Amino acid sequence: MSLYYLQKFLYQLNRDELFQQKCREDIEACFEGFDLNGEEADALRNGDIGLLYVLGVNGQILMHYAAFLGIEWFDYLELMRQGIVKHGPVRAGVYTMTGGGDAFAEEDTHK
Amino acid sequence: MSLVYSGVVSHAPGITGRADLCKNIEKRDEFYAKLNQQRLDIEATGAEALIVIAAEHFANFFMDNMPAFCIGIGDKYSGPIEDPEWLKIEKTDVPGAPDLARRLTKEVMQTVDTAYAEEWKFDHGIIVPLHFLTPRYDLPIIPVNINCQGPPLTPLHRAWAFGEALRRACDSVPEKIALVGTGGISHWPATPDSGKINEAWDREFLDRLMRQDKQALLSYTDEETYRDAGQGGFEIRTYLAAAAAAGGKGNLQFYTPDLPIFAVGCTVASFDLAA
Repeated sequence: MSLYYLQKFLYQLNRDELFQQKCREDIEACFEGFDLNGEEADALRNGDIGLLYVLGVNGQILMHYAAFLGIEWFDYLELMRQGIVKHGPVRAGVYTMTGGGDAFAEEDTHK
Repeated sequence: MSLVYSGVVSHAPGITGRADLCKNIEKRDEFYAKLNQQRLDIEATGAEALIVIAAEHFANFFMDNMPAFCIGIGDKYSGPIEDPEWLKIEKTDVPGAPDLARRLTKEVMQTVDTAYAEEWKFDHGIIVPLHFLTPRYDLPIIPVNINCQGPPLTPLHRAWAFGEALRRACDSVPEKIALVGTGGISHWPATPDSGKINEAWDREFLDRLMRQDKQALLSYTDEETYRDAGQGGFEIRTYLAAAAAAGGKGNLQFYTPDLPIFAVGCTVASFDLAA
Protein backbone atom coordinates (compact mmCIF):
# COMPACT_ATOMS: atom_id res chain seq x y z
CA MET A 1 0.00 0.00 0.00
CA SER A 2 2.91 2.32 0.63
CA LEU A 3 3.88 2.36 -3.07
CA TYR A 4 0.35 3.51 -3.76
CA TYR A 5 0.85 6.66 -1.68
CA LEU A 6 4.35 7.23 -3.00
CA GLN A 7 3.01 7.22 -6.55
CA LYS A 8 -0.02 9.27 -5.53
CA PHE A 9 2.27 11.95 -4.12
CA LEU A 10 4.14 12.16 -7.41
CA TYR A 11 0.90 11.97 -9.42
CA GLN A 12 -0.35 15.05 -7.58
CA LEU A 13 2.99 16.80 -7.93
CA ASN A 14 3.13 16.16 -11.66
CA ARG A 15 -0.26 17.69 -12.43
CA ASP A 16 -0.65 20.45 -9.85
CA GLU A 17 1.48 23.56 -10.19
CA LEU A 18 0.39 24.85 -6.76
CA PHE A 19 1.48 21.59 -5.16
CA GLN A 20 4.78 21.88 -7.01
CA GLN A 21 5.33 25.30 -5.51
CA LYS A 22 4.46 24.03 -2.02
CA CYS A 23 6.90 21.14 -2.40
CA ARG A 24 9.68 23.49 -3.34
CA GLU A 25 8.98 25.57 -0.24
CA ASP A 26 8.28 22.88 2.37
CA ILE A 27 8.24 19.28 1.24
CA GLU A 28 7.74 17.99 4.79
CA ALA A 29 4.37 19.74 4.99
CA CYS A 30 3.39 18.21 1.66
CA PHE A 31 3.86 14.70 3.02
CA GLU A 32 0.78 15.11 5.22
CA GLY A 33 -1.98 12.80 4.08
CA PHE A 34 0.37 10.43 2.29
CA ASP A 35 1.18 7.22 4.16
CA LEU A 36 4.88 7.08 3.32
CA ASN A 37 7.51 5.01 5.09
CA GLY A 38 10.88 6.48 5.98
CA GLU A 39 12.68 5.18 2.91
CA GLU A 40 10.05 6.61 0.59
CA ALA A 41 10.05 9.99 2.29
CA ASP A 42 13.85 10.10 2.11
CA ALA A 43 13.75 9.28 -1.59
CA LEU A 44 11.44 12.23 -2.14
CA ARG A 45 13.47 14.57 0.09
CA ASN A 46 16.58 13.68 -1.88
CA GLY A 47 15.01 13.49 -5.33
CA ASP A 48 16.50 10.01 -5.54
CA ILE A 49 15.35 8.81 -8.96
CA GLY A 50 17.23 5.51 -8.70
CA LEU A 51 15.66 4.56 -5.39
CA LEU A 52 12.19 5.67 -6.49
CA TYR A 53 12.49 3.43 -9.53
CA VAL A 54 13.60 0.48 -7.41
CA LEU A 55 10.72 1.13 -5.00
CA GLY A 56 8.41 0.59 -7.95
CA VAL A 57 7.33 4.03 -9.16
CA ASN A 58 5.95 3.80 -12.68
CA GLY A 59 8.24 5.46 -15.21
CA GLN A 60 5.33 7.40 -16.66
CA ILE A 61 5.10 9.11 -13.29
CA LEU A 62 8.80 9.16 -12.55
CA MET A 63 9.95 10.78 -15.79
CA HIS A 64 7.70 13.77 -15.18
CA TYR A 65 9.13 14.11 -11.67
CA ALA A 66 12.64 13.97 -13.13
CA ALA A 67 11.73 16.77 -15.53
CA PHE A 68 10.36 18.74 -12.57
CA LEU A 69 13.75 18.31 -10.89
CA GLY A 70 15.47 19.53 -14.04
CA ILE A 71 17.14 16.20 -14.75
CA GLU A 72 18.06 15.68 -18.40
CA TRP A 73 16.73 12.63 -20.23
CA PHE A 74 19.92 10.60 -20.44
CA ASP A 75 20.79 11.43 -16.85
CA TYR A 76 17.33 10.23 -15.85
CA LEU A 77 17.93 6.88 -17.55
CA GLU A 78 21.35 6.58 -15.97
CA LEU A 79 20.03 7.36 -12.49
CA MET A 80 17.57 4.47 -12.76
CA ARG A 81 20.36 2.13 -13.83
CA GLN A 82 22.49 3.28 -10.92
CA GLY A 83 19.52 2.72 -8.63
CA ILE A 84 19.35 -0.92 -9.70
CA VAL A 85 23.08 -1.35 -9.10
CA LYS A 86 22.90 0.30 -5.68
CA HIS A 87 19.57 -0.98 -4.37
CA GLY A 88 18.94 -4.17 -6.34
CA PRO A 89 16.00 -5.17 -8.54
CA VAL A 90 12.71 -3.32 -8.63
CA ARG A 91 10.80 -4.38 -5.54
CA ALA A 92 7.17 -3.70 -6.39
CA GLY A 93 4.83 -2.44 -9.05
CA VAL A 94 4.57 -3.10 -12.75
CA TYR A 95 8.31 -3.43 -13.34
CA THR A 96 9.02 -6.36 -11.07
CA MET A 97 9.23 -8.53 -14.17
CA THR A 98 11.27 -6.22 -16.40
CA GLY A 99 14.86 -6.60 -17.39
CA GLY A 100 17.65 -4.88 -15.63
CA GLY A 101 18.18 -2.11 -18.11
CA ASP A 102 20.58 -3.89 -20.45
CA ALA A 103 18.87 -3.06 -23.71
CA PHE A 104 19.57 0.60 -24.11
CA ALA A 105 22.86 0.58 -25.96
CA GLU A 106 21.47 2.05 -29.14
CA GLU A 107 19.84 4.99 -27.43
CA ASP A 108 22.98 5.58 -25.42
CA THR A 109 24.82 6.33 -28.63
CA HIS A 110 22.98 9.61 -28.72
CA LYS A 111 24.91 10.88 -25.73
CA MET B 1 -23.23 11.76 -40.84
CA SER B 2 -20.99 9.23 -39.11
CA LEU B 3 -17.46 8.16 -38.61
CA VAL B 4 -15.46 9.50 -41.55
CA TYR B 5 -11.91 8.46 -40.59
CA SER B 6 -10.25 5.94 -38.30
CA GLY B 7 -6.54 5.53 -37.89
CA VAL B 8 -3.71 5.00 -35.45
CA VAL B 9 -0.67 7.05 -34.63
CA SER B 10 2.20 6.71 -32.20
CA HIS B 11 2.72 9.05 -29.32
CA ALA B 12 5.80 9.54 -27.17
CA PRO B 13 7.29 12.59 -25.52
CA GLY B 14 10.51 12.13 -27.44
CA ILE B 15 8.76 12.64 -30.79
CA THR B 16 8.73 16.35 -30.03
CA GLY B 17 10.85 16.71 -26.91
CA ARG B 18 13.95 14.90 -28.16
CA ALA B 19 13.64 15.65 -31.86
CA ASP B 20 16.90 17.59 -31.81
CA LEU B 21 18.76 14.59 -30.33
CA CYS B 22 17.72 12.33 -33.19
CA LYS B 23 20.58 11.19 -35.38
CA ASN B 24 18.50 9.57 -38.11
CA ILE B 25 17.22 12.86 -39.48
CA GLU B 26 16.04 11.37 -42.76
CA LYS B 27 13.87 8.77 -41.02
CA ARG B 28 12.61 11.31 -38.50
CA ASP B 29 11.50 13.67 -41.23
CA GLU B 30 9.90 10.81 -43.14
CA PHE B 31 7.86 10.07 -40.03
CA TYR B 32 6.92 13.72 -39.65
CA ALA B 33 5.83 13.80 -43.30
CA LYS B 34 3.55 10.82 -42.72
CA LEU B 35 2.05 12.54 -39.71
CA ASN B 36 1.41 15.58 -41.85
CA GLN B 37 -0.22 13.39 -44.48
CA GLN B 38 -2.47 11.93 -41.80
CA ARG B 39 -3.46 15.48 -40.91
CA LEU B 40 -4.31 16.18 -44.54
CA ASP B 41 -6.27 12.92 -44.80
CA ILE B 42 -8.34 13.85 -41.76
CA GLU B 43 -8.92 17.38 -43.00
CA ALA B 44 -10.02 16.04 -46.38
CA THR B 45 -12.88 14.18 -44.71
CA GLY B 46 -14.37 17.42 -43.46
CA ALA B 47 -14.31 16.09 -39.94
CA GLU B 48 -16.02 18.38 -37.45
CA ALA B 49 -14.51 16.72 -34.40
CA LEU B 50 -11.67 14.34 -33.62
CA ILE B 51 -11.91 11.54 -31.09
CA VAL B 52 -8.50 10.69 -29.66
CA ILE B 53 -8.43 7.27 -28.02
CA ALA B 54 -5.49 7.56 -25.67
CA ALA B 55 -3.57 5.65 -23.08
CA GLU B 56 -2.98 8.52 -20.73
CA HIS B 57 -0.18 8.31 -18.23
CA PHE B 58 -1.47 9.30 -14.81
CA ALA B 59 -2.30 12.86 -15.76
CA ASN B 60 -5.97 12.54 -14.85
CA PHE B 61 -6.61 9.02 -13.69
CA PHE B 62 -4.95 7.24 -10.81
CA MET B 63 -5.41 4.05 -8.87
CA ASP B 64 -7.74 5.79 -6.41
CA ASN B 65 -10.52 5.63 -8.99
CA MET B 66 -9.29 4.18 -12.27
CA PRO B 67 -11.91 3.85 -15.01
CA ALA B 68 -11.61 1.16 -17.65
CA PHE B 69 -12.89 3.76 -20.12
CA CYS B 70 -13.51 7.46 -19.97
CA ILE B 71 -14.87 9.98 -22.50
CA GLY B 72 -14.20 13.71 -22.23
CA ILE B 73 -17.33 15.85 -22.36
CA GLY B 74 -15.73 19.17 -21.46
CA ASP B 75 -15.97 22.36 -23.48
CA LYS B 76 -12.21 22.83 -23.38
CA TYR B 77 -9.06 21.10 -22.23
CA SER B 78 -5.54 22.19 -21.41
CA GLY B 79 -2.13 20.75 -21.90
CA PRO B 80 0.51 19.61 -21.82
CA ILE B 81 0.89 18.87 -18.12
CA GLU B 82 4.57 18.33 -18.82
CA ASP B 83 7.15 21.09 -18.73
CA PRO B 84 6.75 22.81 -22.13
CA GLU B 85 10.51 23.14 -22.44
CA TRP B 86 10.91 19.41 -21.86
CA LEU B 87 8.18 18.42 -24.31
CA LYS B 88 8.85 21.27 -26.74
CA ILE B 89 5.13 22.03 -26.89
CA GLU B 90 3.73 25.22 -25.41
CA LYS B 91 0.86 25.06 -22.95
CA THR B 92 -2.41 25.70 -24.72
CA ASP B 93 -6.16 25.31 -24.50
CA VAL B 94 -7.85 22.85 -26.83
CA PRO B 95 -11.55 23.11 -27.74
CA GLY B 96 -13.86 20.26 -26.76
CA ALA B 97 -17.19 19.23 -28.25
CA PRO B 98 -19.41 18.99 -25.18
CA ASP B 99 -22.77 18.53 -26.83
CA LEU B 100 -21.53 15.96 -29.30
CA ALA B 101 -19.48 14.15 -26.66
CA ARG B 102 -22.50 13.83 -24.39
CA ARG B 103 -24.57 12.32 -27.18
CA LEU B 104 -21.80 9.89 -28.04
CA THR B 105 -21.33 8.95 -24.40
CA LYS B 106 -25.03 8.32 -23.98
CA GLU B 107 -25.01 5.97 -26.96
CA VAL B 108 -21.80 4.18 -25.92
CA MET B 109 -23.36 3.56 -22.52
CA GLN B 110 -26.02 1.41 -24.16
CA THR B 111 -23.42 -1.35 -24.44
CA VAL B 112 -20.27 -0.31 -22.56
CA ASP B 113 -20.10 1.20 -19.09
CA THR B 114 -17.88 4.21 -19.66
CA ALA B 115 -16.96 6.96 -17.27
CA TYR B 116 -17.01 10.55 -18.45
CA ALA B 117 -15.16 13.69 -17.41
CA GLU B 118 -15.63 17.41 -17.90
CA GLU B 119 -12.06 18.09 -16.77
CA TRP B 120 -9.08 16.62 -18.55
CA LYS B 121 -5.48 17.72 -18.64
CA PHE B 122 -3.73 16.48 -21.74
CA ASP B 123 -0.37 14.82 -21.34
CA HIS B 124 2.01 13.90 -24.15
CA GLY B 125 -0.21 10.97 -25.04
CA ILE B 126 -2.75 13.33 -26.58
CA ILE B 127 -0.95 16.61 -27.10
CA VAL B 128 1.89 15.12 -29.19
CA PRO B 129 -0.52 13.65 -31.78
CA LEU B 130 -2.51 16.91 -31.77
CA HIS B 131 0.69 18.87 -32.32
CA PHE B 132 0.90 17.16 -35.72
CA LEU B 133 -2.74 16.44 -36.56
CA THR B 134 -4.34 19.74 -35.50
CA PRO B 135 -1.39 22.07 -35.09
CA ARG B 136 -3.61 25.14 -34.77
CA TYR B 137 -5.69 23.39 -32.09
CA ASP B 138 -8.82 24.53 -33.88
CA LEU B 139 -10.57 21.18 -34.34
CA PRO B 140 -12.85 20.19 -31.44
CA ILE B 141 -11.39 17.22 -29.60
CA ILE B 142 -13.12 14.43 -27.72
CA PRO B 143 -10.51 12.72 -25.56
CA VAL B 144 -11.10 9.10 -24.73
CA ASN B 145 -9.07 6.94 -22.41
CA ILE B 146 -8.59 3.23 -22.02
CA ASN B 147 -6.72 2.07 -18.94
CA CYS B 148 -3.44 0.79 -20.33
CA GLN B 149 -1.27 1.81 -17.38
CA GLY B 150 -2.58 0.73 -13.99
CA PRO B 151 -3.29 -3.00 -13.65
CA PRO B 152 -5.82 -4.56 -13.57
CA LEU B 153 -5.98 -3.33 -17.16
CA THR B 154 -8.98 -3.11 -19.42
CA PRO B 155 -9.36 -6.52 -21.11
CA LEU B 156 -8.58 -6.53 -24.81
CA HIS B 157 -11.99 -7.84 -25.78
CA ARG B 158 -13.60 -4.98 -23.88
CA ALA B 159 -11.40 -2.48 -25.70
CA TRP B 160 -12.65 -4.02 -28.92
CA ALA B 161 -16.27 -3.78 -27.77
CA PHE B 162 -15.64 -0.17 -26.78
CA GLY B 163 -14.38 0.61 -30.27
CA GLU B 164 -17.49 -0.96 -31.76
CA ALA B 165 -19.63 1.06 -29.37
CA LEU B 166 -17.88 4.25 -30.41
CA ARG B 167 -18.61 3.40 -34.04
CA ARG B 168 -22.31 2.87 -33.31
CA ALA B 169 -22.35 6.14 -31.42
CA CYS B 170 -20.65 8.04 -34.23
CA ASP B 171 -23.05 6.60 -36.75
CA SER B 172 -26.00 7.78 -34.67
CA VAL B 173 -25.18 11.50 -34.92
CA PRO B 174 -25.21 13.90 -37.89
CA GLU B 175 -21.69 15.28 -37.40
CA LYS B 176 -18.67 14.08 -39.32
CA ILE B 177 -16.26 12.52 -36.83
CA ALA B 178 -12.67 11.39 -37.22
CA LEU B 179 -11.01 9.03 -34.77
CA VAL B 180 -7.43 8.09 -34.01
CA GLY B 181 -6.11 5.57 -31.54
CA THR B 182 -2.76 6.58 -30.15
CA GLY B 183 -0.34 4.39 -28.31
CA GLY B 184 2.80 2.45 -28.75
CA ILE B 185 3.33 -1.09 -29.84
CA SER B 186 6.32 -2.71 -28.13
CA HIS B 187 8.26 -0.26 -26.01
CA TRP B 188 9.66 0.19 -22.55
CA PRO B 189 9.04 3.91 -22.04
CA ALA B 190 10.61 5.89 -19.24
CA THR B 191 12.52 2.89 -17.88
CA PRO B 192 16.19 1.94 -18.09
CA ASP B 193 15.27 -0.02 -21.21
CA SER B 194 13.87 3.05 -22.95
CA GLY B 195 14.68 2.84 -26.65
CA LYS B 196 14.28 -0.92 -26.81
CA ILE B 197 11.79 -2.03 -29.48
CA ASN B 198 10.82 -5.58 -30.45
CA GLU B 199 10.49 -5.12 -34.19
CA ALA B 200 9.40 -8.69 -34.89
CA TRP B 201 6.60 -8.43 -32.34
CA ASP B 202 5.57 -5.06 -33.73
CA ARG B 203 5.38 -6.34 -37.29
CA GLU B 204 3.37 -9.39 -36.27
CA PHE B 205 0.97 -7.18 -34.35
CA LEU B 206 0.64 -4.74 -37.24
CA ASP B 207 -0.01 -7.61 -39.63
CA ARG B 208 -2.84 -8.82 -37.44
CA LEU B 209 -4.15 -5.27 -37.12
CA MET B 210 -4.04 -4.51 -40.83
CA ARG B 211 -5.80 -7.80 -41.60
CA GLN B 212 -8.49 -6.91 -39.05
CA ASP B 213 -7.85 -10.32 -37.52
CA LYS B 214 -9.91 -9.89 -34.38
CA GLN B 215 -9.30 -13.39 -33.05
CA ALA B 216 -5.53 -13.07 -33.35
CA LEU B 217 -5.53 -9.56 -31.90
CA LEU B 218 -7.54 -10.59 -28.87
CA SER B 219 -5.39 -13.64 -28.23
CA TYR B 220 -2.54 -11.70 -26.59
CA THR B 221 -2.36 -12.14 -22.83
CA ASP B 222 -1.03 -9.32 -20.70
CA GLU B 223 1.73 -11.62 -19.47
CA GLU B 224 2.88 -12.32 -23.04
CA THR B 225 2.62 -8.68 -24.01
CA TYR B 226 4.62 -7.64 -20.98
CA ARG B 227 7.31 -10.20 -21.69
CA ASP B 228 7.64 -9.47 -25.40
CA ALA B 229 6.53 -5.87 -25.76
CA GLY B 230 7.12 -4.25 -22.39
CA GLN B 231 4.65 -2.28 -20.34
CA GLY B 232 4.26 0.06 -23.29
CA GLY B 233 2.78 -2.83 -25.22
CA PHE B 234 -0.31 -2.59 -23.04
CA GLU B 235 -1.23 0.44 -25.14
CA ILE B 236 -2.27 -1.80 -28.05
CA ARG B 237 -5.75 -1.39 -26.57
CA THR B 238 -6.05 1.99 -28.28
CA TYR B 239 -5.14 0.47 -31.65
CA LEU B 240 -7.62 -2.35 -31.16
CA ALA B 241 -10.42 0.10 -30.38
CA ALA B 242 -9.65 2.13 -33.51
CA ALA B 243 -9.64 -1.04 -35.64
CA ALA B 244 -12.91 -2.19 -34.12
CA ALA B 245 -14.50 1.20 -34.75
CA ALA B 246 -13.43 1.07 -38.40
CA GLY B 247 -14.30 -2.55 -39.10
CA GLY B 248 -12.23 -2.60 -42.30
CA LYS B 249 -8.74 -3.54 -43.38
CA GLY B 250 -5.85 -1.36 -42.43
CA ASN B 251 -3.45 0.62 -44.57
CA LEU B 252 -0.05 0.81 -42.92
CA GLN B 253 1.45 4.10 -44.03
CA PHE B 254 4.55 4.08 -41.87
CA TYR B 255 6.39 1.97 -39.37
CA THR B 256 9.98 2.17 -38.23
CA PRO B 257 11.90 0.86 -35.24
CA ASP B 258 14.83 3.03 -36.28
CA LEU B 259 14.13 6.07 -34.14
CA PRO B 260 15.06 4.71 -30.69
CA ILE B 261 15.47 8.21 -29.31
CA PHE B 262 11.68 8.45 -29.58
CA ALA B 263 11.46 5.24 -27.49
CA VAL B 264 8.67 3.76 -29.59
CA GLY B 265 8.23 2.06 -32.96
CA CYS B 266 6.81 4.98 -34.90
CA THR B 267 3.57 4.08 -36.65
CA VAL B 268 0.95 5.76 -38.84
CA ALA B 269 -1.99 3.84 -40.32
CA SER B 270 -5.59 4.23 -41.33
CA PHE B 271 -8.44 1.78 -41.71
CA ASP B 272 -11.12 1.28 -44.29
CA LEU B 273 -14.51 2.02 -42.83
CA ALA B 274 -16.82 -0.97 -43.11
CA ALA B 275 -20.39 -0.15 -44.03
